[in-house]
Amino acid sequence: MLEIISGGALSTIQDAGRFGYMKNGFTQSGVMDLHAAKTANALLKNEPVVPVIEMTAKGITAWFTSDTYFCLTGGIFRAKLNSRPLKNNTVYKAHKNEIISVGPAVSGLRCYLAVSGGFTVPRVMGSASTNLKIGAGGYEGRKLRTYDTVDYPAPPKESPEGRETDIELYGSDICEIRAVPGPQNDMFDEETMQKFFSETFTVTSDLDRMGIRLEGPELKGINGNDIISDGIVFGSVQIPNSGKPIILMADHQTTGGYAKAATVISVDLSRLAQVRPGDKIRFVKTSVEQAEELAIAEKRYFENLLEM
Amino acid sequence: MLKNSGKAEYEFLPNADTAVTVQFRREICKEVNRQVTALADMIESGGVPGIIETVPTFTSLTVFYDCSVIRADRLREELARMIESSSSAGKGSAKVYHIPVCYDEKFALDMQNVCEHTGLTADEIIKIHTSEPYLIYMLGFLPGFAYLGGLDEKIATPRLKSPRLEIFEGAVGIGGNQTGIYPIASPGGWQLIGKTPVKVFDLKREKPILYEAGDYISFYPVTLEEYERIEKQIKENSFEIKITEVRDA
Repeated sequence: MLEIISGGALSTIQDAGRFGYMKNGFTQSGVMDLHAAKTANALLKNEPVVPVIEMTAKGITAWFTSDTYFCLTGGIFRAKLNSRPLKNNTVYKAHKNEIISVGPAVSGLRCYLAVSGGFTVPRVMGSASTNLKIGAGGYEGRKLRTYDTVDYPAPPKESPEGRETDIELYGSDICEIRAVPGPQNDMFDEETMQKFFSETFTVTSDLDRMGIRLEGPELKGINGNDIISDGIVFGSVQIPNSGKPIILMADHQTTGGYAKAATVISVDLSRLAQVRPGDKIRFVKTSVEQAEELAIAEKRYFENLLEM
Repeated sequence: MLKNSGKAEYEFLPNADTAVTVQFRREICKEVNRQVTALADMIESGGVPGIIETVPTFTSLTVFYDCSVIRADRLREELARMIESSSSAGKGSAKVYHIPVCYDEKFALDMQNVCEHTGLTADEIIKIHTSEPYLIYMLGFLPGFAYLGGLDEKIATPRLKSPRLEIFEGAVGIGGNQTGIYPIASPGGWQLIGKTPVKVFDLKREKPILYEAGDYISFYPVTLEEYERIEKQIKENSFEIKITEVRDA
C-alpha cells in the first residue's frame, strides 16, 4: 500500500467520473485532466480509467510498502523516488520501502500518480471518484492526508517499466481552446459572439474543480443572461449577469440558470485542467462534427498507446 | 426554431461532443415538463446504444452520449423518432412521496417572516403548505434538491435578504414561489418553516435519492414528539415512507 507522509495541497482519488446520477443532482466528479489519467493508465497497461491520485499545485510524499510500477502524468511537478529525479510519462518500478515525493508544480497545475492495477478504494454509486461536497467516494470522501493508507494490487508479471511517451508542456503562450457555439449562443448578438471567439481572456484566481472564472470583455445577452435552468456539461461556458465567462469543470453543478454561450470540446478540457491564474485563453470556434472526429481520434490514440 | 411535431414543440441544442439538449417550449408548466420526463423514460427503457445518461430540467432534457458509439446527427434522428412516437398522455400515474414535516418553532426559524409577509398565521401557512402534492419538475443545485411546482401564491415569500451560510439537512423552506427540502447541509437563502426527519439522500439505500423528476411530494405535519419517533425509526431502519399513486393525466 501507499502510506501518505504528506497529502500535499489537494490530492484526491479520481477515476473517469460518476455517471448515471446527474439527473439526481450529483456532479460528475472524476479527473480534471482525463488525457493525463488515460496516458498514465495506458503506459502502465491498466484498464482505462482505474483510480489515480490527482494532485493539485503541490504533490504528496508517500511510502510504498510493497513493490509496484507507477507513472506520473499531467502537470510537471518536482518529483523524486528516494533521491532519483522522476520524469513524467515514464513507467518506473517502486521497490518496497521507497519514498516518492512530488513537490510543487513547475508547469501546469495538476499531476497524476497511477500505479499498476490502480488504487483500491470502494466504489460509491459505481465510481471511485471523490465527491468532496457530499463527502463520499475516493478515500473516505475527502482529500488525502498524513497517515492515510491507500491499497493497490500486486504488480503484474509482465513489467511495463520504461514505457514512455512524449511529455506535454504547458507554456506561457496564449492557450487556444476549441469550443462549439451553443446551447444558448443565440441569446447573444453576433458582435458579442465574435468578441467571445476573438478576444483574449485571463484566468482568474477563482479557479477550482468546479470551474474557472475568466476576466475579459463583458458579454451581455440581448435580453439579459438568465435562462430557465437547464443541464450543464463538463466544458459548458456559462455567462452570468456579470458578463464574465465561467468554464464549468468536473465538479460542476448539474443544472444552472445562466446562458451558456459555448461548450469546450472534450479533447481540450485536459488543457484547461492545467491552466493557472494569469494564463491567457482564446476560444477558437469549431463544429460538433469536428469535435467528434477529434474525440474519436483521441480514443484511437489511447488504444494504440496501450498496445505500444 | 422550435419544430412542431403535432405533439411537442422542440429543438436540439448542441453541447459540443458531450451532449445534445432537447429544448421543448420554454414555459414552466406541467405539460411541457411531462414531455421532458416522458422522453427521459423512453430513453431509460433502452434501445439507443451510446446514450450515457440524461438530465431532465423544467423544459429540456440534456442527453449525454458517447460519440464513438453514436454521432450527434444520428442521435438527433433517434431522439426525434422517440419524441414523435411518445404519448402526450404521460405515464397515466405518478408516485407521490408523503413526507412528514415538523413545523415546530425549533426548526421553523423563519416562520415569523412568512407570517408577516403573507398576513397569515403559522397554522394557516402549515395547512396551505400541506394541502396539495407538489410536482417535482427537476433535481439540481444539490444532490436530491427537488424543484417543486405548485406552491400556493398565498404563502409565497421572497428569499432572505442575506443567505445563511449553512442550512441544516432536512430543512423545509419557501423561496419566492417555490418550496423544497435541503437534502444536505448547504448555504441557502430560503425561508425555513420546518424540518423533515426523512433522509432524502442516503448512500446506504440502493437508490441514494428518494425520488426523481416527474414524481410528486406531499407534506404532512408532525409534532416534535412524532418527529423524534420517526427519526429514531429511521435510525433503526423501521420507518417506511408512504408512497401512493396519483392519476397524472
